[in-house]
Amino acid sequence: MSQDIFVITEHLQGHVSDISYVMLAAARVLSKGSGGKVIAILLGNEAKSLSDNFAADEVFYLDHPKLAEFTPDAYNAVLGGLIGNHSPRAVLFGDTSIGGDLAGKLSARLNLPLISHCLKVYAEGSVLKFTSQICGGKIMAEGDLPEPTVLVMMVPGGYKPEEGQSEQPPKVTAIPVPGLEDLRITLTQYIEPETGDVDISKEPLLIAIGRGIQTEDNIELAQELADAIGGVVCGSRPVVDQGWLQASRLVGKSGKAVKPKIYLAMGISGAPEHAEAITGSNMIIAINMDSTAPIFNIAKYGTTADLFDLVPVLTEQVKAAKNG
Amino acid sequence: MANSKITQDIEMSKSFFQSLFEVSEGERIKNCIQCASCSGVCPFGHLMVFPPGNMIAHLRADMFNKLLATDTIWLCISCYACTQICPQKIPITAGLMTRTKEELVLAGNVPSELQQAFENSQRYGNVMGQSPRKRGEWAEGIEPKIPLMINKKSAEVLWFVGDYPSYHPRVASTSRSFAKLLSVLGIDYGILGPEEVSDGDSQRLAGEKGLFEMLADKNGKAFAKYEFSKIITTDPHSYNALKNVYPELGISYPVQHYSQFLSERIDQLKPLIKQELKARITYHDPCYLGRVNNVYEEPRNLLTLIPGVELVEMVHNHGSSLCCGGGGGGMWLDGFQWEKAHARTSEWRINEALQVEADVLAIACPYEAPRFEDAAKMNPKAAKLVVKDILELLAEAL
Amino acid sequence: MNIIVAIKLVPDLVEELSIDADGTALDTTWMRLIINEFDDHAIEQGILLKESNGGQVTVIAPDAEGIDDMLFTAAAKGVDRVIKLTGNFGTTTNNHALGRALAAVIDTMQPDIVLTGVQAHNDLDGPTGPLLAEFIKRPYVGYVAGVKVDGGKAQIRKEYPGGLVADMEVTLPAVLGIQAAEKPPRYVPISKVRQAMKTTTIEEQEIQELTPEGGPTISRMFQPEAAERATMIEGSEDEIASRIVAILKEQGVF
Repeated sequence: MSQDIFVITEHLQGHVSDISYVMLAAARVLSKGSGGKVIAILLGNEAKSLSDNFAADEVFYLDHPKLAEFTPDAYNAVLGGLIGNHSPRAVLFGDTSIGGDLAGKLSARLNLPLISHCLKVYAEGSVLKFTSQICGGKIMAEGDLPEPTVLVMMVPGGYKPEEGQSEQPPKVTAIPVPGLEDLRITLTQYIEPETGDVDISKEPLLIAIGRGIQTEDNIELAQELADAIGGVVCGSRPVVDQGWLQASRLVGKSGKAVKPKIYLAMGISGAPEHAEAITGSNMIIAINMDSTAPIFNIAKYGTTADLFDLVPVLTEQVKAAKNG
Repeated sequence: MANSKITQDIEMSKSFFQSLFEVSEGERIKNCIQCASCSGVCPFGHLMVFPPGNMIAHLRADMFNKLLATDTIWLCISCYACTQICPQKIPITAGLMTRTKEELVLAGNVPSELQQAFENSQRYGNVMGQSPRKRGEWAEGIEPKIPLMINKKSAEVLWFVGDYPSYHPRVASTSRSFAKLLSVLGIDYGILGPEEVSDGDSQRLAGEKGLFEMLADKNGKAFAKYEFSKIITTDPHSYNALKNVYPELGISYPVQHYSQFLSERIDQLKPLIKQELKARITYHDPCYLGRVNNVYEEPRNLLTLIPGVELVEMVHNHGSSLCCGGGGGGMWLDGFQWEKAHARTSEWRINEALQVEADVLAIACPYEAPRFEDAAKMNPKAAKLVVKDILELLAEAL
Repeated sequence: MNIIVAIKLVPDLVEELSIDADGTALDTTWMRLIINEFDDHAIEQGILLKESNGGQVTVIAPDAEGIDDMLFTAAAKGVDRVIKLTGNFGTTTNNHALGRALAAVIDTMQPDIVLTGVQAHNDLDGPTGPLLAEFIKRPYVGYVAGVKVDGGKAQIRKEYPGGLVADMEVTLPAVLGIQAAEKPPRYVPISKVRQAMKTTTIEEQEIQELTPEGGPTISRMFQPEAAERATMIEGSEDEIASRIVAILKEQGVF
């Protein structure tokens, strides 16, 4: 039994996912309350260096060829023993495609309580608490983290990845891996996302253009901003109808409903047929010269600046922020 | 084995053909002379794999299965142009197109936008998928207060509002204009608010008869709770359903479109219309008010009440009016139809309004405001064209 | 192939949600329930598998308001058996309790494959799928957006962020958490549902005891403040741009 906080870090194709750093930041908050260490759990094959930027007190590294890329059975087999042996105060998982395959199975197998959709954690003295966000962000739920050991699935947004990063690589401890036989789930191959046609309903960053873009040539402005941010251009009906964007980029009642993290709408009025398709967005930022445009009723932030003046400046600033 | 499939197809085709006779006047389909007027007048006939006349030819050849395999029948917007022009008076829209759509729906061949509209209607009682509890919200904050039947219990007139006039922000403005007019005329009326559900007419025409019956049943039960002598509505689709189809289900009340209701009171209304509007106005005959129900002059009479108005007719007017594209499910087939046609009837109509140099395009149906305003956005020459319901024009002229 | 689909109803977010008098749970007075969207996809995927591989699809759901309609709709789509779990299922029943209840029933049924939605928007103690999988001692993989079954193995497509997909092979029997069916859930006309109401029997299985052990205790539930209107950003283009960049950074965009 320990007061340590475990973080089940995630990586895909040699890249550490941001959620790992978000969890490390959360783990730090908890460890201050529990008095234990932040221990990053890294499963992989010849992947020790992936932990270089972890803001952790220690890394438990488990190396095995069958752990090279994530598969549910292999990871579950290893983690069950690890958690069972150490009984840390809390184990953090991503509320993701990886963590989602692990936390529930381990909760049922080890008979440990599980909390999901968790956004933030707190320490009030030594009492550890959580806040989860459910029902599409409409409801918040709070409570104490049950003792002695709890599993927590975390969603992004409560902490910035930088808060979980460190310049100094942490101490790495190699942990022996039990035999991994009879795995019932194996990885066949990865399929890279098509660079041709994007599925905007799955994109996290959308730059949306409407009638306000005025001409086909001006779409370049939006594309440059999208490239700088790492997002995808989509549009409301007038733009798609003119043939300036492919039909697959249409957002609206006759097109797709989207649920990105950021929806940057420029020159879009926000009429119901469009608005209904973007209410799933985490955050809408709207640029429209008409202060009475209905888009401002559903956007979190807005500006009436002229998009032709603002967007080039914004693109430059984004590039600078990413490089600097 | 191949033979038995062909036999099955032939049987299915024959039985479908027989089922068409059940529609009122449906047997007239036997008299089709293959003149192709229907296919010719159909706004999207040139894009359908099987336009109406061609469908009848295939039915006669027991080849209905071929029709079911395509999806171009969903280009039909139930505008009734074919029904109107047919020299043999075959009820093509109601008797053939709707029945074919019913078979397509049963087979699961439904464009996704339309599927969403059906599911929303079933679950929330309105095609938009908005909370039924908010159906009366458009009426809040208006003076004098808009009466709810649940409070009044009885009124001279029940105003059936409809989905778009309740929930769509652009169309709710038409509802508020009507409320203003009813109030200055001193009419004793009430609305159902959250007790009302979609009239179901467009869903019926798009092939979901079961859904229509379910919605009609709910409305019928709400009507039965209260006392009133007639129903009035701003929506020609609701008007069509309440007048022509609900009675078949045992729900029968006198019903009028606002244009008829206000026309009856034209002497009372006239002195109240004072503000001048110097403008060339052209009136668009809604399919379900004009062609389907023969109401042409009353809306025009109301427009001429406004001083300064010059009424001009577009090249397609009265019975030949060009559908805005919304009727009979068209509102929820827009994406599908756009992909096939790359043209909208609403955009053609805007061109016709511009051709007669109209300043204002006057309308009398809730689907038209969003459709024509969107179409106008696509046309730079239409930047100054104003789209307004007759009710809005009248209310502004008070 | 013996296919089981486990589904549940969740609060319909079209209606406004509110918190009960205790301040620890949702107020159920005006709350309407709707099928969990991902569970709807699981049903569709189940029917698609039956269409390609033959066999039988069974849908199991806990009792809740509106569940009968939902089960009749599933039957109208082509599901062969529909089972309702009865017992003291309230809207506060957590997934651990549901998982145990489902496991008790499914253990007697020898499925080849169990499908369920990958998550539900009101999950506070983790999604049902992985819990159920462990209770019936079967492997689990979630975020599945494509399933083909052949020779006792399932070839699945697992989704990761950014459009990355992993092809994995799963030895059956197993539990899959469905993110999206290969086709969108089919439409079934009301007339067919009405017919199903006449011809389908909803089987009932009573669950004696519900064990919610494993979930958190909620001390407070509340609604975050909703802004009525956007916060407007003023200033020169430079100032506005730098404010937007700061917002994007806060949101973890870069």
